[in-house]
Amino acid sequence: MGESLDGVKGKRVVFVTVGTTRFDALVKVVDSQEVKDELLRRGYTNLLIQMGRGSYLPTKSTGDDGSLAVDYFTFSSSIVEHLKSASLVISHAGSGSIFETMRFGKPLIVVVNEDLMDNHQSELAEELAERKHLYCARPPTLHLTIASMDLKSLVPYSPGDATPVAKLINRFLGFPED
Amino acid sequence: MEKNISCSFSDLSSNLGISCFIAFITIILVRVIYVIYRTGKPLSKRSPQALSTLIVLGSGGHTAEMINLLLVLQKDRFTPRFFIAAATDNMSIQKARVLESSWADSQSGVKGISAEFMQIYRSREVGQSYITSVWTTLVAMVHALWLMIKIRPQVVLCNGPGTCFPLCVIAFIFKVIGIRWSSIFYVESIARVKRLSLSGLLLYKLRIADQFFVQWPQLHRKYPRAHYVGCLM
Repeated sequence: MGESLDGVKGKRVVFVTVGTTRFDALVKVVDSQEVKDELLRRGYTNLLIQMGRGSYLPTKSTGDDGSLAVDYFTFSSSIVEHLKSASLVISHAGSGSIFETMRFGKPLIVVVNEDLMDNHQSELAEELAERKHLYCARPPTLHLTIASMDLKSLVPYSPGDATPVAKLINRFLGFPED
Repeated sequence: MEKNISCSFSDLSSNLGISCFIAFITIILVRVIYVIYRTGKPLSKRSPQALSTLIVLGSGGHTAEMINLLLVLQKDRFTPRFFIAAATDNMSIQKARVLESSWADSQSGVKGISAEFMQIYRSREVGQSYITSVWTTLVAMVHALWLMIKIRPQVVLCNGPGTCFPLCVIAFIFKVIGIRWSSIFYVESIARVKRLSLSGLLLYKLRIADQFFVQWPQLHRKYPRAHYVGCLM
């Protein structure tokens, strides 16, 4: 990662995703000048926002004038291609989005939705942040996280394994061990 | 004289009624205690046949986690499979269909998809107030009863969505009444690190799940009867 040294920037895309939810606070703050300036400063060139069921519409920009190029869409059947081509992912705190992003080894900032009633989502984001697999932020502090993040310090997440559960289930039901 | 006879006859029938009622309640209580006692004890059968399996899907990460688990279960042991998702959750049913077709494709010459897909009224929408949820849960219970009578599964797999609670309660009732004995497996979502979900808490405290799995050590410390299995994703 890091800044290009020769002055000619390759395309470095920041992909923002809210999954199947509505998270206007994130889309709004990502579209704010503060965050966009910070992303530019960190060497990113493009901002692509998957805005889900939200009602706030970001401002598109071609980025020809040296500013951040901004584009958005609501849903797609699979965000895999967008994840693969991103240099940084900013995601809501849904477990599906989090694990899908980590599976591709992409640097991830998880933003917790403070408006959700029973905010259990923050538990997962905070636990994974504590284990240094990602950064955790709230909409008001996102620009600070972007400014201070050190992506090289992130620890890759090794995928989990469902076979211990399968073994216990099979044993309980009396199926023979393989 | 006649008045005395009719009085004592109505006394007798009301006594009989009360006795029957008490006997009935006692039988139910004994059955409930027996079911709770047997819950969590591994089945004594050696090498059972294929078991009909109910798989409860949920919006968000729930279905992804469930599919992750299904991929490591031998499908010939858990068949026929019945998938239930909330009425408003078409994506989960879609994902389950994709999984089943990929299994059907990879099998040579076997009968086709041995799976059924159903949708159920939700106990509670995300963000719905807990007070109105009481009514919607009752409606969901009736619908769940209807589906469960049709399916009568031997295995129930669920991982947290509100839809699973009525289904698990009915599975428990079927055990009490003797309609069908089932093994109920509950895997708390990976998103639950420090606190159980409401479904999880209820199924744990009421001892309805035969085996209760948690993915984080913090939950294992709080709920020692749960099995700590690490992260599934």
